[in-house]
Amino acid sequence: MVGHVVHQRLYIIVFAALIGLTALTTGVAFIDLGKWNTLAALAIAVCKASLVVLFFMHLRWSSGLMRMALLAAFVWFAILVALTLSDEFTRQWTPVPSSWEAKVQQQARVARACAHSGRSPQYLTRRTLSSPKSAVARGSS
Amino acid sequence: MHSSTALAEQFDDLEQQHESSSFGMWVFLATEVMFFGGLFTAYIIYRNFYLSAFEAGSRLLDVKVGAANTAVLLCSSLTMALGVRAAQLGKKKLLVTFLVLTLLLGLAFIGIKLGLEWRHDYLEGFAPGVNWTFHGPDWRHLELFFCFYFFLTGVHALHMVIGVGILTTLIIMAGRGRFSPQRYNPVEVSGLYWHFVDIVWIFLYPLLYLIGGRY
Repeated sequence: MVGHVVHQRLYIIVFAALIGLTALTTGVAFIDLGKWNTLAALAIAVCKASLVVLFFMHLRWSSGLMRMALLAAFVWFAILVALTLSDEFTRQWTPVPSSWEAKVQQQARVARACAHSGRSPQYLTRRTLSSPKSAVARGSS
Repeated sequence: MHSSTALAEQFDDLEQQHESSSFGMWVFLATEVMFFGGLFTAYIIYRNFYLSAFEAGSRLLDVKVGAANTAVLLCSSLTMALGVRAAQLGKKKLLVTFLVLTLLLGLAFIGIKLGLEWRHDYLEGFAPGVNWTFHGPDWRHLELFFCFYFFLTGVHALHMVIGVGILTTLIIMAGRGRFSPQRYNPVEVSGLYWHFVDIVWIFLYPLLYLIGGRY
């Protein structure tokens, strides 16, 4: 025989824990915890995923090779999220160069017009470029 | 598979053969993590941009159906794990039974997802580009939420459909007695794939249905 045979009872226990955690995360979503709601939901999801990986996917009994594949996936995903978020969250840190001012104000006008009319920014930018005054007037009417 | 032919000639022993096939699937799953990871990252970014619209969108989804589907998928993971165990022990009838159960639960998930939820969202007018009727405040941002919703659940459902195809193949192979305690690699790696799709849903469920503030 090849591979580790897990006792049937262990699978049932893990399954019961997964169902219990699903009920818990659903219940917690209906209680106002402020920012902690998101954190609780993600923490419970990580717990559930760990249970599936360790027991259903046999990682607990697997060799270092499988663990390395999972670790690589995790590290690469962390790089993807961390670098993308570091861009988004640090955009406000530096002031807009004065040479860009006019363009920024133009974009703000388009955004306001979009919010009013429900048209796409691309549509309004096209209109604005062809005839600046009429497009903004059209957008806000 | 007869024990004499259980070991393919390129491997030293059964243990190495077993590990090679599992490792292949783990590497594939790592690429799948990157595939879904890009979508998840985009969702996180746009959720930060348009938080109120995304929270409103989340509250429009039916949490009862989402929870029920989570339970269905977890049940299918249990039957799949028990199926792999039956294959390890060489119990052919039990293996076929568990594989059929997994297949039925998978079909139930797809049925609830597409037939119930998607149909409902479509009829309510929350299908971007197909049938969109809501034009309240921030409707473009709400439309974006539903784009993510349909794409994420759609790609997940596609994985489920592929899983159903794999399970059908496994059932036929098991019925023909192609697996033995020495060689059940196809069952083992299909199990890994099925559990991975389950894990994707474990994250989709809270991200889409729960963190929109339902209190």
